[in-house]
Amino acid sequence: MISLQHYLALGAILFAIGVVGVLTRRNAILILMAIELMLNGVNITLIAFARHAGNLTGQIFVLFIITVAAAEAAVGLALVIALFRGRDTLNVDEIHLLKW
Amino acid sequence: MIEWVWLIPALPAAGVIINGLLGNRYIKERAHYVGVGSTALSLLVALFVIGAAIKNPGPHNVRLFDWVVAGSLHVDVAFLVDPLSAVMLFVVCGVGFLVHVYSIGYMRGDPGYPRFFTWLNLFMFSMLLLILGNNYLLMFVGWEGVGLCSYLLIGYWFERKSASDAANKAFIVNRIGDAGFLLGIFLIFKTFGSLAYAQVFAAAPGALSTGVATAIGIALFIGAVGKSAQLPLYVWLPDAMEGPTPVSALIHAATMVTAGVYMVARSAVIYNLAPDALLVVAVVGALTAIFAASIGLVQNDIKRVLAYSTVSQLGYMFLALGVGAYISGIFHLMTHAFFKGLLFLGSGSVIHAMSGEQDMRRMGALRKHIPITAITFYIGALAISGIPPFAGFWSKDEILAEAFKSGHYVLWIIGVATALMTAFYMFRLIYLTFYGASRVAEHAAHHLHESPPSMTAPLVILAGLSIIGGAIPGFPPEKGMFHAFLSQVPGMAPAGGGHAGLVGTALAAQEGAQAAHELSSAMHWFLILLSVAVAVAGWALAKHFYVRRPHLPERLARRFGGLYRLLLNKYWVDEIYDAVIVNPCKRFATFLWNFDAWVIDGIVNATSRLTVLNADFSAFFDRYTVDGAVNGLASVLQGWAGVFRRLQTGFVQNYALAMLLGIFAIVSLYLFV
Repeated sequence: MISLQHYLALGAILFAIGVVGVLTRRNAILILMAIELMLNGVNITLIAFARHAGNLTGQIFVLFIITVAAAEAAVGLALVIALFRGRDTLNVDEIHLLKW
Repeated sequence: MIEWVWLIPALPAAGVIINGLLGNRYIKERAHYVGVGSTALSLLVALFVIGAAIKNPGPHNVRLFDWVVAGSLHVDVAFLVDPLSAVMLFVVCGVGFLVHVYSIGYMRGDPGYPRFFTWLNLFMFSMLLLILGNNYLLMFVGWEGVGLCSYLLIGYWFERKSASDAANKAFIVNRIGDAGFLLGIFLIFKTFGSLAYAQVFAAAPGALSTGVATAIGIALFIGAVGKSAQLPLYVWLPDAMEGPTPVSALIHAATMVTAGVYMVARSAVIYNLAPDALLVVAVVGALTAIFAASIGLVQNDIKRVLAYSTVSQLGYMFLALGVGAYISGIFHLMTHAFFKGLLFLGSGSVIHAMSGEQDMRRMGALRKHIPITAITFYIGALAISGIPPFAGFWSKDEILAEAFKSGHYVLWIIGVATALMTAFYMFRLIYLTFYGASRVAEHAAHHLHESPPSMTAPLVILAGLSIIGGAIPGFPPEKGMFHAFLSQVPGMAPAGGGHAGLVGTALAAQEGAQAAHELSSAMHWFLILLSVAVAVAGWALAKHFYVRRPHLPERLARRFGGLYRLLLNKYWVDEIYDAVIVNPCKRFATFLWNFDAWVIDGIVNATSRLTVLNADFSAFFDRYTVDGAVNGLASVLQGWAGVFRRLQTGFVQNYALAMLLGIFAIVSLYLFV
């Protein structure tokens, strides 16, 4: 029997992998992908709770998150392309205009 | 007809505008069409107005518009037509027109031709304003206007230093007189609260004390002394001969210089109340007459002789005014305008023929070459000398008779002596110029020619007026139609009224006028014969000196060397004025200039130095104290900002890590504490 705890553990593991990916990857595309992982971790958690509580609110929230994630991926990839055209690199260590 | 009187000055004014704006560029050598045309139309209107004034002597006031309205001061632009202004109108427009015509010939080919006619028209406008205005302020405007035109026309050939100097002299000397005139106007306004003749003269007998009347009279007379070239301000007139000859004829003989005479005659009502002022007028007039005539005896420049003659004749007019014979003075003004205008224009014709030569010592025997000029000149000389029946005889005889009647025998003797001198210097001029042996220089002799008709025609007309202009209006003496016409002007009649001046108070003035003792007819004939005899004696003397025994003058000059030099150098009056007035003024001005340059400028410069010093100190304080504080604060902030900005790595992943750690911390706190 797969219980609520299993789902929550899966969500937590996915989220942690995503966080590590965001913090450690130097390629912008990989960072975006890691963010997707984090989002999906949260989605699993939300669905699990919704199922557990017998409440549809969580599922609807997830639908929104998927929509936003799609939009975010579109905008993020567009930015990445623009960045690549402008600077010939996707290494975030070299993209440091905001640095002092 | 009389309401059209404003056209008379307006027409020359239009000429000024047209010639002044378009003359140099478009009209050029056709300027005389505008100049002479406007004057001719003006004369035409004037003749109609004079005709109307003879029919109905008025006075007619033609009011155009309010001019100055300020508090109690109310001045109209309004014209007064009465017998006095009608006579002046005839003189100014008549002689003015003839001089304009004459100028066509005389000024031909001059580069400033349109400018000349512009100024000449401006002069006509100003002079007409002067004589037609119905109040003192309008008269003053005209007065200053003619002064300006006089300045402009004396300095017409301004490239010549002597001409521009003469113009300055005329203007400055006239300023002195004008100041007096202005004071007189102020006094009149203060006393009467009005400047219109009608109101002032109506109120004068009651409102005017003898003291104030004398003050006004003297102040006005100072103005007349300047404008009409009397002692001691006559010095500008002889120098004014630097101007073109038509200008000398019109402005400095016939019209402008008689403005003072007109003004005193116009103010007759006031002068009748001020016997002392009248006495001053008479004495100054008589002294000027003989003083100027004596200078005229020995001058060699043809125009200078005429200039001193003008000063002398103006003295005669003031003598007449001073003894209360206003009408005789105005009569002499008119006849003088005819014959002196004629003489000046004649001298212009001579100068024209002589290619510019003015020294009579280099003339002689011109009679054959320029016959019309010679004959008309002769007539003018007869008229000014007082040979009957020419114009000058009638007016001069009247003046002498009036002086005699007034009881001032000294003034009368001066007048008679002046008449002798007048005849002498006029015929001296005639004989030196037109008779005797020719002393004309070679180059000038070739060009000797009679002047063009535009110049001789005015000469002939003026000669005609010099013949009949005295006898017709002036016969019989003191009862002719001229007297009948002018005695309608308030204050001027009866002719004896001015004797009052010598009797004393205003009240006595009227009684004296009624009781004015008439001379016996024997006495009258004696006076007439005497004045003729004196004139003939002067004539004969001149003939004896310059025709019969031409070496006599030289011998006399050597014999009485001191006197001769005194006269030849015009009593050194110019030099005395230079020494006593002009040079001290200049020295004082230099002193003031030095004071200004060293003391005032020194103070100013010292102040500026101090200010600069103070500014330097302020700048130092500003730079090091105020700026130091501001910059110091900025540096401190910048330093700390440099420290803190290290936190902003710019790596998003760093921020994300920080965020993550923060969340861990908060969650840990929430869960375990």
